[in-house]
Amino acid sequence: MIDAVTQPFIEFAFMRRALVGCLALSLGAPPIGVFLILRRMSLMGDAMSHAILPGAAIGFLVAGLSLPAMSLGGFVAGFAVALASGLVARATILREDASLAAFYLVSLALGVLIVSVRGSNIDLLHVLFGSVLALDDAAVMLVAGITTVTLMVLAAIYRPLVLECFDPQFLRSASSLSSPTHFTFLVLVVLNLVAGFQALGTLMAVGIMLLPAVAARFWAEDVSGMILVAVLIAFLSSMTGLLVSYYANLPTGPAIILTCGVVYLLSILVGARGGLIYRLVPRKHLEA
Amino acid sequence: MNKRPFLRAGLALALFLGLASGAEAADKLKAVASFSILGDMVKQVGGDRVDVVTLVGPDGDAHVYEPTPADAKNLASSQLLFVNGLAFEGWMDRLEKSSGFNGKTIVASTGVKPRTMVEEEGGTPETITDPHAWQDLGNGKLYVINIRDGLIAADPDGKAVYEGNASKYLGEVMQEDDAVKGALAKLSKDRRKIITSHDAFGYFGAAYGLEVIAPEGVSTESEASAQDVAKIIRQIKAEHIPAVFMENITDHRLLDQIARETDAKIGGELYTDALSGPDGPAPTYLDMFRHNVGALTEALSS
Repeated sequence: MIDAVTQPFIEFAFMRRALVGCLALSLGAPPIGVFLILRRMSLMGDAMSHAILPGAAIGFLVAGLSLPAMSLGGFVAGFAVALASGLVARATILREDASLAAFYLVSLALGVLIVSVRGSNIDLLHVLFGSVLALDDAAVMLVAGITTVTLMVLAAIYRPLVLECFDPQFLRSASSLSSPTHFTFLVLVVLNLVAGFQALGTLMAVGIMLLPAVAARFWAEDVSGMILVAVLIAFLSSMTGLLVSYYANLPTGPAIILTCGVVYLLSILVGARGGLIYRLVPRKHLEA
Repeated sequence: MNKRPFLRAGLALALFLGLASGAEAADKLKAVASFSILGDMVKQVGGDRVDVVTLVGPDGDAHVYEPTPADAKNLASSQLLFVNGLAFEGWMDRLEKSSGFNGKTIVASTGVKPRTMVEEEGGTPETITDPHAWQDLGNGKLYVINIRDGLIAADPDGKAVYEGNASKYLGEVMQEDDAVKGALAKLSKDRRKIITSHDAFGYFGAAYGLEVIAPEGVSTESEASAQDVAKIIRQIKAEHIPAVFMENITDHRLLDQIARETDAKIGGELYTDALSGPDGPAPTYLDMFRHNVGALTEALSS
């Protein structure tokens, strides 16, 4: 049994790299996901994967098929969309999700336009988005570096960020940290997504960020507990998904994310905090 | 009243364009080729009498191509359409219908003995026809003959020109065929196995005695599983496969990973489904063979 778990990683360097990459991503992305959920911005990841297209396309036009240029372009486009939608949400009556939807659609359309004008039939997204099995040194370093930055910055802005999630009015009245906190957080979101896209692919980047965080909602009461559970679920799913892909001959990214999905479904059923079974079992009423 | 000038200008423009294109169509046969390799062959045979438009250009992947309105427009105004056939251009039927094309379609691979290949998707092996027939220059000869006959049928006045061009080109194709056979015959028996990123060398391998193993299936769309990659690495190690090759149309990161983990070296880029641009190493069908054979012999001769 233990052999079956360790053998693929001992025999193959690509499995070790995939595991290291996934674990690094699992350390940084799920906490971001927890905060996204608490702020009702769960769909931002998907929107972002489209929003980075014009930046990637411009990178391609300037430097050809160069991953650094295309990633840099993607970062810039992602930041621009996230910051613009954040600013509009703060300055006008529009909510954040609505302004994000508007900006990402504009960005996506611009990207499609730029790609088409050039007339190349190379699938830019296919090139920009990596795959779990093809991690090279640069990609592993990128993910690990971004995770390190993410964890340090999260630690620094943790208190105002939690306050911003639960009582933004209070934070705004009590301190001037509200806007800086919000925008720092958006920068982290974009950083994690674009790095994840480049190293592991869209599905992995968005999936590992959100599914474990959503599942963790059923297990922990407070934010720090949710972060811990989410990271553990992401670790477990990465490992299990890789092994399933190895033994059952299934594509790796989907295998990992589906494992997260199974954990999520189980959590809905048996989760200790608001899971279905927990709700159906009659409890004693509190008596004074 | 205001709309009148625009209307008049528009009519004049339409008339002008109509006349212009009519005049052009009168001197030259308009033909569309589905992808760059076929486009080059039609150009060689048609010479100055034929205006060829290629739908999937240099370095483009014809497996996953999405036609544009300009393609439909080009097709609608053409008399001839050249396709590879063997289910290579899956998107062509819809384009033909939607563009209202009413010329003649010529399947360049007519007469080729098709190879089948086994594609494993989701664990269930499936036998499909391998469309990459042009990778054998013997089939290339059939392509040229089919193209010549198609052109003559559509433009009988040019018969002499097409026959002249075709026989000259056939000579070059056969000469290249001998050159490829000669170059690859020099390789020793244990160094005749290669790995490529996309399964397009079935015909090439069969014609010139090379065993070709591809990590992904026939199409560039499917994602590899960890087991696929593990199998290939084991196979390279067990059989001492000397080299892996990239292709101009696919992502090479997976192959980089495989080469890193084995002793196989990366043998450079092969052109399979698309030519390079005019300044690249493989701007024509025959240049593609010269480039590929150069890369193969360099990596495989010990």
